[in-house]
Amino acid sequence: MPAASLTAVRSFVTTPAPARPAISVEGRRAFAFKGVEKRFGDKTVLDGIDLDVPVGQFVAVIGKSGCGKSTLLRLLAGLDRPTSGSLTLGAEEEGHSRTRFMFQEPRLLPWASVVKNVEVGLTGLASGTQARQRALDILGKVGLADRADEWPSVLSGGQKQRVALARALVGHPQVLALDEPLGALDALTRIEMQQLLERIWIAQKFTAVLVTHDVAEAVALADRVVVISDGRIALDLDVPVERPRRRGSAELARREGRILDQLFG
Amino acid sequence: MSFSTHLRRNGIGWLLPVLVLAGWEVASRAGVMPANVLPAPSAVAEAFWRLTLSGELIRNIGVSTARALAGFAVGGSIGFALGLANGLSTLSRGLTDTTLQMIRNIPHLALIPLVILWFGIDEEAKLFLVALGVFFPIYVNTLLGIQSVDPQLVEMGRVYGMDRRALFFRVILPGALPAIFVGLRYALGIMWLTLIVAETISASSGLGYMAMQAREFLLIDVVVLSILIYALLGKLADSLARLLERLSLGWHPAFQNG
Repeated sequence: MPAASLTAVRSFVTTPAPARPAISVEGRRAFAFKGVEKRFGDKTVLDGIDLDVPVGQFVAVIGKSGCGKSTLLRLLAGLDRPTSGSLTLGAEEEGHSRTRFMFQEPRLLPWASVVKNVEVGLTGLASGTQARQRALDILGKVGLADRADEWPSVLSGGQKQRVALARALVGHPQVLALDEPLGALDALTRIEMQQLLERIWIAQKFTAVLVTHDVAEAVALADRVVVISDGRIALDLDVPVERPRRRGSAELARREGRILDQLFG
Repeated sequence: MSFSTHLRRNGIGWLLPVLVLAGWEVASRAGVMPANVLPAPSAVAEAFWRLTLSGELIRNIGVSTARALAGFAVGGSIGFALGLANGLSTLSRGLTDTTLQMIRNIPHLALIPLVILWFGIDEEAKLFLVALGVFFPIYVNTLLGIQSVDPQLVEMGRVYGMDRRALFFRVILPGALPAIFVGLRYALGIMWLTLIVAETISASSGLGYMAMQAREFLLIDVVVLSILIYALLGKLADSLARLLERLSLGWHPAFQNG
């Protein structure tokens, strides 16, 4: 980023944090990938990704297995570093965790009660009774308030994933990265979870990045669908459809068709 | 689990020993089993009463238990500490694991002649043997437990901002605990076994010594009594370990209906 724009950025941020990449001048930006490449040995997984996402957008990332979409998410969450190119992150707000990651598996601690598992999401943000209260609040929002003191092993797959969602959201993340978190659920539970996720996203206004295999899921939830193929962005499609969306509507179906054409055309 | 089901479940385990005792008594009284081969349970009970009154039994049980626990504390804590260190640090594991695996393959009771030469028949000899015997099951299982902690959970902990301390106490240690308990129960068995052998061979007090003395004077009832007491002490130690296990592994599916 040129020095001139950096100084312009500073004035936007209430508490200047020089070491941190700051938000862009034009409106609030959640994060931006600029020419990001990622190689593992000889294998190039991501090959020049440019992606600029404003705050509050719901982005779905689609692609065939091994196209690099999970790697993109791991870069965003700071689990990996790009080989070249840059990743700019938005400003961090006080008392909020920056990026939360929701895994494909629930990854709950079997030896901690449901509410204690949710409190893991407040590590470094809150503790004691305050943490418990916040955890119970968010458990109420995912409909599991009455299971707070049970062990995770007695919950169903969908319930476990709801606890994992509560854990990801309890710290009020600015960016929520979701790595196919609904992939292992049955079809009906999955639709329920999609609706829950959409409801909470509308209420909390975080930026969501959902990696998925499911094109219908992507167009039902996202403002914008990014198709990745051979490590590049092959399609960047806006989905300006009013919410609540009706599954199977012609508008969604048309976009779904376009994405499928891109993937298999 | 209610108290009565607990009692019923444990009660069933005691049914067989009681039946065996009853059969044994009947066989002895009928003369099927000569008293110089195996005395009747009532004779053993008499011996028990006699030795309790004289205070000899309590004193010997006390001496043996103190030895067992001291050796267990020393060997167990070194094994636990090394298991943790080698589970958490590849450097530490690289340095010590090969050596420890070599020592592990020596039966520790084979060292008895050497130990007697080093320590005579003093307390140190027993302590050393028990500590050595207890060390390996605790070490091996602690190491195994830490190595088998789900790496996905560790990654989750890191992503959610846990520092090393939090990661250890909230993810790694609880994950390793089931294996550590397996090691603990195994070690308790080895603890009694080692002590019996050590006391039988070289001691001037303790249950093993009491049994050997009784053999000299052909007091078979006392010999049988010592064996029974060993069985009871072993069972007691195992029950304590199981209680601890039940209390700390309440989350584990294996303990939720048990």
